[in-house]
This record gives sequence, C-alpha cells and structure tokens, in this order.
Amino acid sequence: MKKYFYFIAALTLFLPALSSCDDGNEVSQDTETVVDSDSGISSTDSIQGFYLLNEGQSGQNNASLDYYNYATGTYSLNKFGTVNANASIGDTGNDIEIYGNKLYVVVNGSNMVQVLDATTCKQIKKISIPNCRDITFYKGKAYVSSYAGTLNWNNSNNRLGYVARVDTAELSVSDTCNVGYQPEQMAIYGGKLYVANSGGFMPTYDNRVSVINLSTFKKEKDIKVNVNLNKMLISKENELFVSTNGDYYYNTSKLYVINPATDALTDSINVSVAGMSKSGDSIYVYGAEYSYLTSKTTISYHIVNTETHKVVSDQIITDGTSIASPYMIKVNSINKDIFISDSGSTYGSPGILYCFNSKGKLKWQVTTGVGPGHMVFTKFKL
Amino acid sequence: MRKFVVFLCTTFMCMHLFAQVQSKVKVDTTHTYSIANITVRGRYLSKELIPVQTLQGEELEKLAAHSVADAIRYFSGLQIKDYGGVGGLKTVNIRGMGSEHVGVFYDGIELGNAQNGTVDLGRFSLDNMESVTVFNGQKAEIFQSAKDFGSAGTVYMQTRTPSFSHDKSYNVKATYKAGSFGLVNPSALWEQRITKNISSSLNTEYLYTNGKYKFTYALSDIKDTTATRHNDDVKAMRIEYGLFGKIKGGEWRLKNYFYSSERGFPGAVVLEEPGKFTHDADRQWDTSYFLQGSYKKKVNEWYNLMVNGKYAYDYLRYLSDPRLDETVALYVNNHFHQKEIYLSTAQQFTLSPILAADVSVDLQRNLLKADLNNFVDPKRWTVLSAAAASLNLQRVKVQSSLLLTYVHESVNQYGTAAHDKKKFTPTIIISWQPKENGDLSFRTFYKRTFRMPTLNDLYYTSIGNSSLKPEEATQYDAGLTYGHTIYDHWINRIEMQLDGYYNRVKNKIVAMPTSNQFRWSMMNFGKVSIKGIDVGVSTGWQISKDLQIGTRITYTYEKAQDLSLSKDSKYYGGQLPYIPWNSGSVILDGAYRNWDWSYSYIYTGNRYTNSANIAANKENPYKTSDMSISHEFIWKKTNFKLTAEVNNLFNQQYEVVRCYPMPGRNMKIILNIRL
Repeated sequence: MKKYFYFIAALTLFLPALSSCDDGNEVSQDTETVVDSDSGISSTDSIQGFYLLNEGQSGQNNASLDYYNYATGTYSLNKFGTVNANASIGDTGNDIEIYGNKLYVVVNGSNMVQVLDATTCKQIKKISIPNCRDITFYKGKAYVSSYAGTLNWNNSNNRLGYVARVDTAELSVSDTCNVGYQPEQMAIYGGKLYVANSGGFMPTYDNRVSVINLSTFKKEKDIKVNVNLNKMLISKENELFVSTNGDYYYNTSKLYVINPATDALTDSINVSVAGMSKSGDSIYVYGAEYSYLTSKTTISYHIVNTETHKVVSDQIITDGTSIASPYMIKVNSINKDIFISDSGSTYGSPGILYCFNSKGKLKWQVTTGVGPGHMVFTKFKL
Repeated sequence: MRKFVVFLCTTFMCMHLFAQVQSKVKVDTTHTYSIANITVRGRYLSKELIPVQTLQGEELEKLAAHSVADAIRYFSGLQIKDYGGVGGLKTVNIRGMGSEHVGVFYDGIELGNAQNGTVDLGRFSLDNMESVTVFNGQKAEIFQSAKDFGSAGTVYMQTRTPSFSHDKSYNVKATYKAGSFGLVNPSALWEQRITKNISSSLNTEYLYTNGKYKFTYALSDIKDTTATRHNDDVKAMRIEYGLFGKIKGGEWRLKNYFYSSERGFPGAVVLEEPGKFTHDADRQWDTSYFLQGSYKKKVNEWYNLMVNGKYAYDYLRYLSDPRLDETVALYVNNHFHQKEIYLSTAQQFTLSPILAADVSVDLQRNLLKADLNNFVDPKRWTVLSAAAASLNLQRVKVQSSLLLTYVHESVNQYGTAAHDKKKFTPTIIISWQPKENGDLSFRTFYKRTFRMPTLNDLYYTSIGNSSLKPEEATQYDAGLTYGHTIYDHWINRIEMQLDGYYNRVKNKIVAMPTSNQFRWSMMNFGKVSIKGIDVGVSTGWQISKDLQIGTRITYTYEKAQDLSLSKDSKYYGGQLPYIPWNSGSVILDGAYRNWDWSYSYIYTGNRYTNSANIAANKENPYKTSDMSISHEFIWKKTNFKLTAEVNNLFNQQYEVVRCYPMPGRNMKIILNIRL
C-alpha cells in the first residue's frame, strides 16, 4: 500500500517538470531578410525603397509596417515596431501614402491616421478620424475618406460616409464633407475630388462616385456608375478609372472610365478588379472574385491599356507561379517590377510578397505580416 | 449477495467524495461518537471506466467561483475561452476538439443551441447547483438517452434535489452576494415537501454588475495605461421551479426554467486615442425558457425504463446602435427565435447478472426564425437511436454502444436545404482491475462522434454554406485510476487518474474570408490531431479531530496540431489557437470547526492566437489565484453563513483571448441564511 502512495506522490512532483518540455516549435521569422533582387535601381533613382502595410486581423491589434531597402536588398519585417519601441501600429491598417517627407498610415480599426517621419519611420502624431479608410493629397492638404459621417437615423438608420480635410502642417482635421455610403478610394483631378462609394453595409449597396469641389469643399454631384465601387486612379491620359467589386451574384466586377472634364461615364471594361496599379499607359489588374452562385473565388490577371481602353493581356505571371489569395498588386515605375502579395490560404497567418520582373517571371519572394494589402514607394533610404 | 456487497464497496471507493471517515479506534460503547457528515448524493460515477471529473456539494460551494464556467477551470483537459468580466462569453473546449463537440446537460437533458452550437457556461450560476461533472467520451452508463452517446465530451450540471431532515417539511435559503464592479446578486430557494413522495423547489436569482473593471495595457508611448472596461454590464434574472416525485422503483421530476438577461458587448481593446470614442453601441438580450421532465422506473428485475421530454424556447436580440458610437456605421437590430421539442426513451434490459443491454431512441425538432434579410427559416428533425451493452465481469468491464443519427432539414423559398445526414458512430470502453476490488484500475476507450454544422454555419444569410459536411472526431484514450483509503493516518484518502489520449478531427468547419474581410463564408477546411495527457490527483487529510484538509491537483499536457495546410507549409502542424501545451490547477481547501476555506490556483502556459505559431502571435502564460473563507454560526435559531471571496488575489493583468483583458483583483461578500 505504502509503495503505491509514494509512487503517486513522486509522480505528482515530477509532473510539473514536464511543463518545460515541448512548447512546440515556434516558426522563427527573421526580422531582416536579404533578397538577391537584381533590382536595376541606382542610388540616384526616385525610388529607393518601399513600405508595405500589413492589415492584420480585425480586433487583434496586429497591423504592421515592413520596409524594403533597394540599395542593400534588405526586407525588414515590422520596421515600425523596431523603430518605435515595439509599439503596435494599431488594428486593421487600410491605406498608406507618402506626402512630402511624411508617411501617412490609415489605421481603420484604431480610428486614426498615424503620421510618421518617412525618413526614419518614427511616429510623429496620431490623428483620430473615426472609421477612416483611405487617404489622398492635394496642395498641402490630406483628404481621408471615412465611414463615420452623419447618421441618417429616420431613413436607413445608417451613417453616410464623409471625406475629412487635414492640414499636413498642423496635422489636424479642419473640415469634413458628407458623401455616399461607405466611401473607399479617392482620386483628385482638376480641382475636384472623386470618391468611390461602396455602400458595403447597405442591402443594395451604393452605386455613386461623389464629386467634391476642392475650392468650396462641398459635394457638387454624384455620378451613377454601378454598385459596390472600390478602387480608383487617374490614368496617364487624365481619365478617371473606377472599379466595382460586383454584388457577388450576377453583377460582376468591372472597370469603368469617367471623363473628368465632363464627369460623364464614358466606357466600361470587362475585367474583374480586386486591385489595380498604374504603370505608364497600362493598368495591371488582379481579380479575386467570389460568387455566391458557385461558392468559389475566381482568380484572374489582366493588363489594360488606358489609351485604347482595351485588355492587352489576360496574364501577368508568366512562369506558372501560383498565388493562393492575391491581396495587392503594385508596379515599380522605374524598373517595371510587378509586386503581387498573397494573404495565404488561412486567415490570420503571415502573407508572402512576390516580386516579378516586367516580363512576369518571379525574381524573389519574402514572408510579410498578416494581410499584406498596401504598398507605397519611397525615395527615402532607412 | 456477497458479490453485490463487494460491488457496492468498489463503487464507494471509486466515488469522488470527501467522506470524512473517523479513524479506527477502540469502540467505547458508553460514549457517543459522532461521525462527520457523509454526503452520499449524486449518481454513481463509474470513475474507473471513463475519465470523469466532478466538483460537488461542499467543495463546489467553498470554491470562489460564481458560474459553472469558473468552476470547470479546475478540470484537466479543458480550455475555457473567456472574453472577460461576468458578462463575457465563456465556452468550453474539451481536449482540443472544439466547443461545438461538447454536449452540455442540465439535470440530465441536453441544453440545445442548434443556432450556434455552443452554450455560454458563464450564464449558469452555481447558486442551485449540486454538482458539475465533465466526462471525456461519454458517461460510462448504458442506461441513458441516445443524446448522451453523441458528444465527444460532456458537461453535466445537476441541480439540487430537495432533501429534508426527518422533522422538517421545508427548507428556505436566502442568499445575498455583493462585490466589486457594483455586483448585486440576491437569490432565494424554497424547497417544500408536499406529500410523502412529492416535493417542490422554487429558486430565483437576480444578478446585476456594472462590469466597469480596471485593466492595464501597454501603449508604446504611454507605459502601462490603465483604462476601465465600458459597456460590459449585465442584468439577469433566473426563476426555476421544479416538482420531484418518488414512485415505487423509480422517480420523476418536472422542471420549469426561465432566464432573461441584458448585457453590453464591449468589443476588443485595440490601439485608439484614449477616451476619444465611446463604444456603447453593441448590446444583447437573451431569454431562455424550458420545461423538461424525466421519468425513471425499475419495472421489474430485468427491465428499466426512462422517458425524458423537453420544450425549449430561446430568444436573442442583438443590437448595434450607431447613435451610441461614432465609429459604428451600420445599424443592426436582429431578433432570433428558436424552438425545440425533444422526446427520449431509454430501456435497459438486464439479461444476466453480468450482461445488460440498452436501447434508446431520441426525437428532436428544431426551428429557427430570424429577421435577417432573406432568412431561410430552417427547420430540422433529428432522430438518434442507440443500442448499448455492458458486460460486467469481476475484474473486467466492457461497455459498447452504437449510435445512429439521422438529420433532415427544410427551409423556405430563399435557400436550399442541406442534404439529409445519416451516420453511425460506435464507442467501446474497457476497464480492467489487476486485483479484484483493488485500488488500481486500467481503462481504455475508442469513440467516434460527429457534430452537425449549426444552423448558423448552414443558413446564416450571406455567410452560411448549406453544403457543409459535419465535423468528425475520433478519440482514443488509455489510462489508469488509483484510489486508496488509509485508516489510522493523517492522510486518509488519495485518488489519482492519469490518461493519455489521441484525438483526430476532420472536416473542421472554419469561417474563411472570401475576397475581402467583409465577406466571409463557412467551409470544411480543417484537420486536427491532438495528443495529450491529463492527470488529476486528490487527497484528503484529517489533521486533527477538528481540522480537515483536501487537495486537488490537475495537470494537462496537450499538443493540438493544425494539419489543414499542405505539408510543405511552414505553418503545418502549428498548435491550435488558444490551446496551451501546459496547464494545471491546484485547489487546497479545508474545514476547521465552523470555518471553511479554499485557495485555488490556475496556471495556463504559452499559447498562440493562430496556428501560425510565430512570435507575433504568442500569448503570455498567466497564473491566477482565488481564495475564499467562510464562517457558519447560529443566531436566534437561524443558520447564518458569511463568506468572503477574493478573485485574482495577486491582481494579475492577463487576457485569455487576445485584446479581451480580464479583471484584476476583485472581491465578493456572501451572506446565506437558512431556515
């Protein structure tokens, strides 16, 4: 009897020792990776690096900012944390742009725009803008789109969106202008700001591009296009291109052209657009279109000529590299490299950034943070 | 006859009780000895056959725990996901298989939630709770409803059955609990003997807490910022009324249960300008009602019959009001109504002294209505039919069961119903004692189960996927138990159970974003492999005539790997989210004359928030301690008990789920009056 008892007692004391064993194998990540980039970028070019914003997972406070230096070929994971005492940049990063020597990161889940020094990545100021989405600049002012406009209580019970005007010297909101529902990207031309209203929370979406006169900062008009508008850019020929994500049923994703001189819808191009990037007279497009009819997501790539409005290619990657969930596309205007990111097949795991040469052949790839969604090129070396 | 006595003694030894047995001394027939209370209530727990853990009676009462979720943290092989505060959602996951695989039973009948498949255990207070028991696999009892055979693991909550000392025909107990964060929690119990064989019990409870607990978090530029949790209040009301009857060879019971609550949803704590925005938009209202009845009778020597029935209604309202939060753009005001009707019969046939068989059939109907856009109003029929047998040789016991599940659904014109599902799932349990009536016993079990996709998984507007397959789980377990009573020694009782297990789950249903973070869909994506060890040791000590001490230690080692990705992915085989490799708990409790106390400690080791086990996803280990002390006294012929409880004694700042901080040190005072 006694020996059973002592055996048990010994076992109970031994067990806590097991707690040191096998914490699993943490997947190590190098903070800095050197890639053999063969970039063709010289030290005098206007692009010396880029910042990559990883969105993170909503409610996990894990958006992050990576930086790549062309001269050394070094990709730095979480550069923001390294430079800012291990801080988190916030929850759900949604856009990133550089204006002057400041880097603006729109952190949607943290309801703020983080303003950083683009030469060092150090934090300068946080500007609180509720439910902010995208940012664009014009004549010393930053314009931030946000979902948090005036509440239409007796009508739809939902909020309109708005565009906030921020002075880039004072770094504070000076004015706001209501637009449509759930505005996303913006583009500026001819003293007017165009904003794509997605209406993503509305049962039948929103289908308008709102136009704001920047001298009065009042909404001039709405241009009816199609539902669920999302991405925008101004082409080399000074036309406004705006995409729709479609309604995931019969109304599929497409690209539309608006003439900013007349603010009239002039053309539509039948390519699926989840993201696009301009290079010269081309727009590089990727589609990742989900359909409730088939319960499948269709991946596609196209190159569109902005002069002719014609699709010149239905392929961007030419060496068979497979990307599970493309999440962003960006073209380097100097060496014509094409960047496409992959958010991965499972939610919440780190993504991958692929760099292809202008012919579509893979040059290098690197592990990023979670949801590598937005990139901006910079002339600053860090 | 002798075999029966031996069997009864073995049963007694294996029961998890803290029976305080007087040490053996020479009997002086002129002296009146008093034996300390031996509470022999509750069902016979076949501890040697299947891994089972239970907290009951006084040990449960002494624990500084408020809800069932708090109490089961002290069991091995479980993970509780706790979103913080009294009102925060608390779900249990047994041996890593997923919280939807756990069956939760209230007085022997399963609590349904066909809508989202999990039960919030934070809702169930311990106020009227006699015992909380967790089984791995299934209860080692063939005479049970078909439902009892159908979950991968089960939690049984058993409420008090009225019992009266022979001169009393009623019991009245009033309780008042007050404490941190504006806690106000009065409750009352009235048990009444109606006739010799029928009694009733009425229990009501009200709970309010403002949920405003302080927590600390780190911001880069402002070290250790302290903030207060907002919109985390809870108001809840519970009324239970039951009738209990004894008949020749059996018993019956009927219970009405009503619960209604309103609570705030504080959301995740993320980086934000401190105090700039109020996040008071999200609130939830729940109302649950059920009427359930149970009838059990030993008809004759070889035939036992049990009939169970239940009607349940659950209402949920979720509101997100943009007027209360500038950052909220979308107005949500959803109402969900669920109805369930359940009927079950179990018949046990004792074929010989060593062989028994059981046939159980359950029928269940579920309806879900909601005011979502184009909601499909799903309706579901479930038929469960089980055949089980038990073989009881002296040193070897075998139980086996086969469950057939058939599910049929229908929807309205807005959707397509899922295909009918038909599945057979077997279980076999074997135990062996090397020495007849010895202290040591070995056991093993193999069990297959599946969990149906929930009605949300299948039909939730825009997210549901009606072609989802059920998740399938396979469990293998092998272990031993050891129980020994020592007379004439200050350590008078030791019990231990040790189990190693290997579980596999396939077709795990996972929510995946489609082309962007706003559009999600449910898919059968996951595959999981879990290996682990659960250990539990409990001891009882009689230090002196007046001083008793009990200890209870649990330890779990669990390696739960996500095998969903391809083998060449870096993240293949990563540990599942929120499952620590190492975890454990200690309870030390004691009684000295009219004083009772309990100290408890929980340790949760390293874990990751995602199966991509990278440094950025690591969550730090945490330890929390709780303590309670109580004193019973009689004043003016009335029994009073005063208790003080401190939770999170060392004010550890921690989170169970990332971005959901838990309260720091908090306390409660409890006054009980018994008439």
